[in-house]
Amino acid sequence: MKLKESMLELLRRAATDLPPDVEAAIQQARNSEDAGKPARSVFDTISENITLARTQSTPICQDTGSLVFYIDYPEGKSEKAFREAIHWAAKEATAKQYLRPNAVDPITSKNSGNNIGINAPYIHFHQWDKDEVRIRLMLKGGGSENVGAQYKLPHTPLNAGRDLKGVRKVVIDAVTNAQGLGCAPGIIGVAIGGGRDTSFALSKEQFFRKIGQRSEHSDLAQLEVELLNDLNKLGIGPMGFGGKTTVLDVFVGVQDRHPATFFVSVSYTCWAFRRKTMIIKNDEVQYD
Amino acid sequence: MIKLKTPISDADIRKLKVGDTVSLSGIVVTARDAAHKLMVEERPDFIREALKGSVIYHCGPVVRKDAQGNWNFVSAGPTTSAREEPYQSTVIGEYGVRGVIGKGGMGAKTAEGLKKYGAVYFHAVGGAGTLIANSVKKVLTVHKLEEFGTPEAFWVIEVQDFPLVVTMDAHGNSLHQEILDKSKKVAEALIAAI
Repeated sequence: MKLKESMLELLRRAATDLPPDVEAAIQQARNSEDAGKPARSVFDTISENITLARTQSTPICQDTGSLVFYIDYPEGKSEKAFREAIHWAAKEATAKQYLRPNAVDPITSKNSGNNIGINAPYIHFHQWDKDEVRIRLMLKGGGSENVGAQYKLPHTPLNAGRDLKGVRKVVIDAVTNAQGLGCAPGIIGVAIGGGRDTSFALSKEQFFRKIGQRSEHSDLAQLEVELLNDLNKLGIGPMGFGGKTTVLDVFVGVQDRHPATFFVSVSYTCWAFRRKTMIIKNDEVQYD
Repeated sequence: MIKLKTPISDADIRKLKVGDTVSLSGIVVTARDAAHKLMVEERPDFIREALKGSVIYHCGPVVRKDAQGNWNFVSAGPTTSAREEPYQSTVIGEYGVRGVIGKGGMGAKTAEGLKKYGAVYFHAVGGAGTLIANSVKKVLTVHKLEEFGTPEAFWVIEVQDFPLVVTMDAHGNSLHQEILDKSKKVAEALIAAI
């Protein structure tokens, strides 16, 4: 197993091959929309595009996102080796057009041309007790990132208090404000608690759950079902053209808060929900 | 399905209405944030001929150079149009553009410009990058590639049967405004009931 090459393959798969659970959810949503409506034709275009991208091995969406890695590794492994492999693979993937160059210096507005820059790609490292390495990758699109939101409860304009009812209210508000701009139908990651930074981080990490995978916490599982129901009543529909499917799923995570704070973060990912996992064990690589 | 080919006339563009599906062929120019800023601040002439009667596309493509040195579009879906709201109306007027392709729709200032100069807003399917790239038949030229980078450069392309929906027309109608108003009402009722 060559780490560098495996990392490149992880990037290629993420950019060109939509996960089967997401594709199935899109197909199901398509069938729920009325024939002859723009919503239905949007889903048909999306499905055709998913198949084409997979066959041609070209990016599903030209915005191949910011590269966000989450690496869990056993004691004794070197973070430096992972970082070097990721940088090599990101450059190669950009040269092979699996990725668009998406790292821009905010001061000069110069694009580095190879997806490498300050904190780009972003890598979360975590040491664990298992004897395997797990590398999870998210290609996070910019349009959907722009519609994310963070609320501080209580939130007076929405009459949202410091409880799960308050959370439900602000999530409805965030998705209404997003309209079709995040490339609806979206998948919604919600975090309750934490500081401002850890709150957004937790909301994004929810995206590694599979469509339909409910929270293990029964109150949150119930909230997820309620929100899915609420949000699909908004009528925003795919691309914001109107329709029955505004979101494909909602995932809620929780962490303790400071007594004085109560943050709720809402992250949005487009329907082109590109995440892949690579497990390395005994020199064998498996992708999911 | 209405077939349109550039250059598009004022009369033809004013016939379009919100909800029409259009198949577009002809000249399209990609332009995003840096390009719009430049067109408003410096009003360069190098892009004037390509834009006259044609269509601007809010898109930052993935491109490939083949063995003969020709550019090809690999993935090329629309980007969010709202970022060009401060510039769009001025650009349409200055360069005689007949349409803008993007996603998410645009605001009141652009809607006014569409009416005044005779242009429409076309919505493409966001994320359908590979499919749309297949309707790009030829890259005619590229401007500001070095300075702006691949996503932000002006790519002058020839498209065939690019599938689009009119979501803002030249008569002041906007599907985006309609959906926004309706969904806000639903959201208010949902929140009040919790």
